[in-house]
Amino acid sequence: MLEIKNLQVSLAEEDKEILKGVDLTVQAGKVHAIMGPNGSGKSTLSYVLSGKDGYEVTGGSASLDGEDLLELEPEERAASGLFLAFQYPVEIPGVGNMTFLRTAVNAQRKARGEDEMSAAEFLKVVRERAKTLKIDSDMLKRPVNVGFSGGEKKRNEILQMAMLEPKMCILDETDSGLDVDAMKLVSEGVNALRDEGRGFLVITHYQRLLDHIKPDVVHIMANGRIVKTGGPELALEVEQNGYADILAEVA
Amino acid sequence: MGIAETRISQLQDRVVSLSIPASAWNAKNRAAAVDRLQSMGLPAPRDEYWRFTDPKSLNAVEAPTAALFDPKETDIFDTVDRLEIVFVDGVFDAAASDDLSGANMTIERLSDAERQDTHWAAGCYGALEATGQTPVQRPFAALNTAYATDGMLIHVTGKVEKPVNITYRHANEKSDVLLHHVIKLEEGAELTLLENGPAAARLNKSCEVFVADRAAFHHVRTQGRDHERRAVTHIFADLGTESVFKSFTLTANGALTRNECVLRLNGDDATAHVAGASVGDGDFHHDDTVFITHDAVGCESRQVFKKVLRNGATGVFQGKILVKPDAQKTDGYQISQSLLLDDDSQFLAKPELEIYADDVACSHGSTSGALDEEALFYLCSRGVPNDQATDLLTLAFLAEAVEEIESETLSDLIVEKLEGWLERHRQ
Repeated sequence: MLEIKNLQVSLAEEDKEILKGVDLTVQAGKVHAIMGPNGSGKSTLSYVLSGKDGYEVTGGSASLDGEDLLELEPEERAASGLFLAFQYPVEIPGVGNMTFLRTAVNAQRKARGEDEMSAAEFLKVVRERAKTLKIDSDMLKRPVNVGFSGGEKKRNEILQMAMLEPKMCILDETDSGLDVDAMKLVSEGVNALRDEGRGFLVITHYQRLLDHIKPDVVHIMANGRIVKTGGPELALEVEQNGYADILAEVA
Repeated sequence: MGIAETRISQLQDRVVSLSIPASAWNAKNRAAAVDRLQSMGLPAPRDEYWRFTDPKSLNAVEAPTAALFDPKETDIFDTVDRLEIVFVDGVFDAAASDDLSGANMTIERLSDAERQDTHWAAGCYGALEATGQTPVQRPFAALNTAYATDGMLIHVTGKVEKPVNITYRHANEKSDVLLHHVIKLEEGAELTLLENGPAAARLNKSCEVFVADRAAFHHVRTQGRDHERRAVTHIFADLGTESVFKSFTLTANGALTRNECVLRLNGDDATAHVAGASVGDGDFHHDDTVFITHDAVGCESRQVFKKVLRNGATGVFQGKILVKPDAQKTDGYQISQSLLLDDDSQFLAKPELEIYADDVACSHGSTSGALDEEALFYLCSRGVPNDQATDLLTLAFLAEAVEEIESETLSDLIVEKLEGWLERHRQ
């Protein structure tokens, strides 16, 4: 599904290489986790895949179901089925959460040549999915993420994911800023979306999140590369011994 | 020639083609305005109050030509149940207007009223304009009081259910129009005034509003999309105890617009809100100049002005809150913001507070900025196309001003107009 080959990325404004040749393949139905120390390039990878400005791809490729992602605008990537749950969801004063969700859902449908969702249908679906994430109608009415707590913002990300039904979900440190209960709620939301047609790339510092969202494959990223790949036991190893041993081993 | 002589000679040229309608009860008011005008002369570019807006085209003897613009749309308030009054280039269009009658009010044309021997407006016409000349001179308002050819006189004695809608059509490329309205709301009366349309190649419009105790005046206007039109407008209002005054203006396009609003809160616990959303692309100069005087206890005033500017458009805001020594417990708020969609556009702001009472809460802010790139990316990453995301964020920026309109029906109409404008002016 998601295929990244030898991806090399620099910051556009300074000559600094962040990703130094990333190779990664995520198959449909699988959950891959990327762990790694600060500054290893994990978040950059998520931004480059979703099309944020400010990065320059100097080599390699990234495709989703064979379609070259790097050639597409961010909204086209989204319509092709890519979704990034932000580490820091953006507050947008003046734009109602519901309006935003509906605009996004219908824009993607339109881009794919599908019929737009009617207001009534949309309302029904959004209420149902919001309920399982404990998002009340007040949160739906408020401006996007404005005045939301850390946990509310992350739940709102998962609600967007549930509404947009992407093929490939990237979760960028979704556990940051969450207490235990919130993490459980968010993880349940993610797990509810797991199915054979959908791939996940879960970026995290800690094994804790992976207790709730159980990965099939764990990658360790360091210094702009995937340095080690293994099963769920790799995450436990990191939890117990830190990154030092692994990094020493691959150095 | 010194600047004083220049002002006076310009004024003489400007008024040579104008005449004062004869009227038994109004001659004195008009003559007094002529006196005020002659002592002031016309504004000069070096005047502090005209530092950001060049009055040249407003001073010119002839109105600069303004090509007619046919937006091929119905008028904005067509779906509203209203009493409609139509002026075409400043001339009343009886056939297009509704009957001038309604419950709880009298409504008539200034030109008709001036033929009568006496009139309720005798003590009103020009009165607020005259007091509004201090501490800042407003020569175009005096010019208007002296030479206005027509306008509406509305006396409201109770709650008027249907809004009064004055539509100003523009059919002549050279039209130069002076209109003067007087609206008097008696105690507890309520009126909503809607105004729309470009009116003229050059419009000078004045509106004096007397809001008695516990009366409420709501005002929503749109100024017409003719690109080359010019306008200088004044709203003067005096507010009584526990009265409410709320005015919102949408301005899209126009080569030059100067909207002045001069409010005095004279009765305790009065509320005055004045707001504006303006959007300009290219040859667009829009100036909001507001002066609010708090002269009573416990009053609240809000000024909320938002401007979206692109391709060399200019926005101006001059806003003042004056709190007199006895106006304790004043709550004053003022915000003026511009969204600059490129590097060629500019926003010039002069917010002022002058406070002589010690127990007041006044705040003001003024900002200029570009679209929030993070927010734009966030929206796009969810599949919203870039131009649609830009429109959403632009509307969100304007929302605080539009939300000043109390009626949801009316604010929806304004949002619809803004959406249309933004869609047509995408880059």
